[in-house]
Amino acid sequence: MIQTALNLIVVLVTIGVVMAVVLLHVAYLTYFERKILGWMQDRMGPMEVGYHGLLQPIADGLKLFFKEDIVPAQANKIIFTLAPILVLVPALIGFAVVPFGRDSIHLFGLTFRPYVTDLNIGILYILAFASIGAYGVLLGGWASNNKYSLLGGLRSAAQVISYELSLGLAIVGVLLMAGSLSLVKITEAQNGGALHWFILPQFVAFVIYLISAVAETNRLPFDLPEAESELVAGFFTEYSGMRFAFFFLAEYANMILVSCIATILFLGGWHAPFEALSFIPPILWFAGKVYFFLFFYIWIRGTLPRLRYDQLMMFGWKVMIPLALANILVTSVVLFFIRG
Amino acid sequence: MVSQTAAYLSQYFSIFLFIVLAIGFGVVTLLISNVVQPRLDTEEKLSPYECGSEPISDARNPFPVRYYIIAMLFVIFDVEMIFIYPWAIVFDKIGFWGLFEMIVFIGLFIFGYLYAWKKGALQWE
Repeated sequence: MIQTALNLIVVLVTIGVVMAVVLLHVAYLTYFERKILGWMQDRMGPMEVGYHGLLQPIADGLKLFFKEDIVPAQANKIIFTLAPILVLVPALIGFAVVPFGRDSIHLFGLTFRPYVTDLNIGILYILAFASIGAYGVLLGGWASNNKYSLLGGLRSAAQVISYELSLGLAIVGVLLMAGSLSLVKITEAQNGGALHWFILPQFVAFVIYLISAVAETNRLPFDLPEAESELVAGFFTEYSGMRFAFFFLAEYANMILVSCIATILFLGGWHAPFEALSFIPPILWFAGKVYFFLFFYIWIRGTLPRLRYDQLMMFGWKVMIPLALANILVTSVVLFFIRG
Repeated sequence: MVSQTAAYLSQYFSIFLFIVLAIGFGVVTLLISNVVQPRLDTEEKLSPYECGSEPISDARNPFPVRYYIIAMLFVIFDVEMIFIYPWAIVFDKIGFWGLFEMIVFIGLFIFGYLYAWKKGALQWE
């Protein structure tokens, strides 16, 4: 009985820490996005709140928290309120199966593992819940009863499901090599330095994954669901205050989640690239690789123009899916002959 | 066997707890925010946003059937994709015939894909 209670405490504390870390990263990701974009465009970025604007995300959060939450008169109130939560929850709970490091922490006689739980269907679980997020966007767009919102929601749903196919197919190559769906086991399969990371044999899958992940999270150059120049703000045009903040939180949490998965699937998770560098704690390696992907996101936002919607859909269906299928066929045939 | 079942249950119980906490975070934040925020509703503010002009007609217009076709294609291809996952996991154990069967399966996948392409379902003008 006491053992069960202790286990429960361990799980609750781990979940709390993971959620707090993710939310903190979301807050500071918005700060660094503005800062890096500012530097890329020869500006300073946020400078006023705190030293070099370091308290800006906290000011933004507090402001949104105290802002009036407008519900349009003709909106469907229940779905309008439900949609932001339906988007936020899948974005947060994906982190339950992500292994952030190698070592468990021993504190007060309790063992805290570097992940909430190690499901043997880890990656499938993340894909399944990622699909639910699309419902939130679609419902939010529909419930607002605004033309821009409806179009944005439709576009977003069509885009997300199209790129989910190539994303899921790209992952199969890694699964063939690792022989497991558990993110912990996939990380362990890449033991032994940078040459064993799956990015080398699965480079095509890596590129497909990266492009699909940007499209999945509705980021530039694939941010058509919220294309400002034609749709105002897309599916969250009518949202304000905390509900708006939830859509924002979910978008950035999703960015961090797909970066974590890219790190685990292709860059060896928490493994150090060389044996000589393994004195640096695994969790720092993990964080460093995730930050690299996040920087990449902001970088292409500062570099590339937005695509047209027909180009986006054609690219997803006519280029990415055949490439991903070819990658599965080549990988499986080559693996069959190598492993005999 | 019993301990294995218990281990599975505890794994999924953690997920359940995470979902409950995430929903709790969302709901509680919305509720508190609802209490502290101002409410100054005017008719103009509550009307749908349409770049300043008077809103015309209902927003829920018919939308292009393309979106519907894409959604149907997605359901079919997504199910086929999920069939590939378990095969990838046991790839080492099922040998040549496992590989052969999957090549046939992906062949059928590609056949259906080419059919959809030929029919113009992937065309977006």
